[in-house]
Amino acid sequence: MPEALIQVENLSRYYQNHRAVNRLSFTLCAGEVLGFLGPNGAGKSTTMQVISGNLAPSEGEVKIAGHDIIDAPREAKRHLGYLPEHPPLYRDASVDEYLGYCARLHCIARPAVATALAKVKAQCGLEASGRRLIGNLSKGYQQRVGIAQAIIHDPPVVILDEPTVGLDPIQIREIRELIRSLGSERSVILSTHILSEVQATCDRVQIIRAGELIYNASTESLNQRHEVSFKIALRKAVDLAELSAIADVDHAEVLGDGRFRLIFAQDATPDALVASAAQLQWGLYELIPEQQSLEDLFIELTQDEEAGKA
Amino acid sequence: MIWIIARREFGAMFLAPLAWVILAVIQIILGYMFLTNLDNFFLLQPQLLQLQNTPGVTDIVIAPLMQVAAIILLMVMPLLTMRSIAEEKRNRSLTLLISAPLGMTEIVLGKFFGLMLFVLVLVSMLMLMPLSLYLGTTPDGGKLLSIFLGMLLLLGAFSAIGLYLSSLTENQTIAAVGSFGILLMLWIIDWLSESVSSGQSLLAYLSLLQHHESLLEGVFDSSDIAYYLLLITAFLGLTIRQLDRERLL
Repeated sequence: MPEALIQVENLSRYYQNHRAVNRLSFTLCAGEVLGFLGPNGAGKSTTMQVISGNLAPSEGEVKIAGHDIIDAPREAKRHLGYLPEHPPLYRDASVDEYLGYCARLHCIARPAVATALAKVKAQCGLEASGRRLIGNLSKGYQQRVGIAQAIIHDPPVVILDEPTVGLDPIQIREIRELIRSLGSERSVILSTHILSEVQATCDRVQIIRAGELIYNASTESLNQRHEVSFKIALRKAVDLAELSAIADVDHAEVLGDGRFRLIFAQDATPDALVASAAQLQWGLYELIPEQQSLEDLFIELTQDEEAGKA
Repeated sequence: MIWIIARREFGAMFLAPLAWVILAVIQIILGYMFLTNLDNFFLLQPQLLQLQNTPGVTDIVIAPLMQVAAIILLMVMPLLTMRSIAEEKRNRSLTLLISAPLGMTEIVLGKFFGLMLFVLVLVSMLMLMPLSLYLGTTPDGGKLLSIFLGMLLLLGAFSAIGLYLSSLTENQTIAAVGSFGILLMLWIIDWLSESVSSGQSLLAYLSLLQHHESLLEGVFDSSDIAYYLLLITAFLGLTIRQLDRERLL
C-alpha cells in the first residue's frame, strides 16, 4: 500500500456547542484525488480548515506526510497547498508580485522564484496576466491565481475548497484538467457541490453529512456497483408482466405513455429485450441506458437524513 | 521569513495613497513649525547670550518640535496601524500566512517590523530638519541621537498598540478609534498625578509621553528604554495570543 499523505483520525470540531465535524477518519494516498461532497453546512470547509491548520481540532489528529499539524505545524504546512473557499488574495498587488510573495513565504529560495512563477503561471493559464492587478481580474482569473498560490511550492498535498465556483464552463473544464494533472503526482482533496465534477475528476468520493462520513468509495466502484437500468418506449401496448418475464430483467415499472423502466441483473445486456421486441413487434423506438449517477446516490443518502429527522 | 513579511507590509502601505498623504501632511506641518521655532530662536538669541548655561538651539528649536510631532503622530499612527491585520481578516487573506510554514510569532513580528520600516522613513524625514541646522550652526549631536531613538521607541509603542487593536476586529475604523483611545489615555494618565498624592509615581510612570520627554532632553535613562521595550513586547505578545486563540474559536 502506498504511503498515506493525509491521515485524519477521529477528527471532531466544535463551535461552542455546535458540532461541525464528528469523529471523521480517513486517509489519502499519493496520486489520489479525493472528492469531498456534502450538503451545505455538512462540515466540508471546516474539515479542510482543520487539515490546513487554520482551525485547531477539538479532538482527534491530522497528519500530513507523517507530520502532525499541531505538534509539527511547520513541517506539515510545508507539504501542503491550500485554496480556501475565499481565495486569500491581495487585491492591490499584481499577479507576479503576489505569487512571488507566496513563493517566498513557502521557503522557495530567491533565485528559484522566477522559475517556480513561470511554471505555475503556465499551469494555470496566467501567462498573460502577470502584470495585472489582482483586484482588476475577473472572478475566474482570481480563482486561477488562488489555485496557483496553492501549488507554487510544489506540495505533495493540495487541498482545494470549491475551486470551480464562479468559473465559466470552459474555465471549469480547464481547471478540471489541471486538477487531474495535479492528481497524477500529488494527493488532492477537492470539495465541491457539482457532482458531475467529482465523477469527472476524482478517484474516490466521500460524502459527509452533519459532520459524519456516510459514504466512502472509489468512483470506479460507484459506476459498477449499480444495476443496469434502461428506459424504453414502445409503440404497442404491452403488459408489464410480459416485460418482467424477459430473460435478465429483474424488475420492470411503468412510466406511462408507453414508457417503461427495466432494471437488469448485474452486468446483463438487453439482448433478450431487443430480440423479443423485434419478434413480437412491440415497436421499440427508444432504448436509453440509465446509470445510477452520483447525484441519485447523493440525494438518496442526504434524504435519508431528512426522513430520519421527520 | 519575518523580513519577507515586513517588506511586503512596507511595500503595501505605499500602494495606497494614505501613507504618502500622511508623510506629506506631517512634513508640511512640522516644517512650518520648525521655521516658526527657528524664528523664535533668532528673537530670543540676544537675551540668551546674556545668560549663563543657556539652552542651545537643540533645546529651543528641536525638542519642542519633536514634542508636537509626538502628539500629531499619536493621532496619525492609528490610521496606519488599523489596516495591518483587520484588513486581512476582512479579506480573509490571513489564511495565506497561516497556511504557510510560519509561526504566529513570525507573522506578527513581520507585520510589526513592516510598520517600523515606515516609522523609520517617517522619523528620518523629520530628522532632516534638525540636521539642516548643521548648515549654520552646530546642534548637539548626542541629543539629536537621543531624540531620534526616543521617536523610534515612542512610535514603536504606538505601532504595537495599534497592531493589537487591529487584531481584535475586522473593522478598520474600530481598530483606529480603539488604538487612538488607548494612546490618548496613556498620554493623559499622568495629568491626574499632580492632584492625587498616592499612586502618583505609578501614574506618571505609565504615561507614554513622560518617558519621551526625558529622551528629548537628551537624558538616556535605561528605565525609559525598558518602559518602551516592555510595552512593545507586551502588546506584540497579546497580538500573537489573540491570533492563536482565534484558531480555537
